[in-house]
Amino acid sequence: MAETKELQAKDKVEVAAPAEQIKPGTVFTPNVDIFETDKEIIMLADIPGVRTQDLTIDLRDDTLTLSGEVKPLIHPGQEDILIEYQIGRYYRQFTLAEVIDQSKIVAELNNGVLRLTLPKAEKAIPRQITVKAG
Amino acid sequence: MIIKRMVDLPNYGWRSAFDDLERMRRDMGRLFGQVAGQAYYPAHAGVYPLVNVSEDPVHFYIRGEIPGMKSEEINISVAGRNLTISGERKIASEGANVRYHRREREDGKFNRVVALPSDIQIDKIEAGYSDGILHITIPKAEAAKPKQISVK
Repeated sequence: MAETKELQAKDKVEVAAPAEQIKPGTVFTPNVDIFETDKEIIMLADIPGVRTQDLTIDLRDDTLTLSGEVKPLIHPGQEDILIEYQIGRYYRQFTLAEVIDQSKIVAELNNGVLRLTLPKAEKAIPRQITVKAG
Repeated sequence: MIIKRMVDLPNYGWRSAFDDLERMRRDMGRLFGQVAGQAYYPAHAGVYPLVNVSEDPVHFYIRGEIPGMKSEEINISVAGRNLTISGERKIASEGANVRYHRREREDGKFNRVVALPSDIQIDKIEAGYSDGILHITIPKAEAAKPKQISVK
């Protein structure tokens, strides 16, 4: 029975070589969990501060692009005392090996976590082939 | 002299008379670090969640990024000038028949104390949680608010 471990604070990771940005600002790559079942690929991404209207999910030519804008929380009249984390857009791209049924993609954004469900196209669902001895 | 850039750019460290120079030194260090390939160590307590604290004459504001929680699972308690944010982040298990390709998100307990620089009104603290960001608004105690003194 291991004790629940403590969460470690980690700095956000800046995107290594982003395409040139039109708007100034830092770009981070969000932490994701990717797993698959027989029927779908599911991606969970931590993107706090991104609202549904600021999130763009793009899938074309086997490339999945997640892009989320974060509104800078600058209020006039406030002075910073302590700044430990930076604020910036989130951006991450993936190349999908599987064929995805694009019409059935489901995306949910709750409390800063994006859950993206990509159902595999019919022919990509593995089917067991029984081998008859004979 | 220092160009104020658009997003919430960090000023590392507590505010002091040398703030501008400090910020410039950090930026230079970071730039040279990137060129030279060194790791860059920002100044923070290293405790989850990382917070940004700001103030105006009447309130303190604390912001922390804690995605994937429900608001009732975040505990905030106050004692004196110290505000404690604690809770447990859980990642639901997805079933038996899944194959993970990436696993970068973490779960676990967290407990963070933020010490505020002056007295506060404990019973008027407001906290909200939306889009994975926790905002806490803390009114300063009357004695801690700045008062104008007129010069005759």
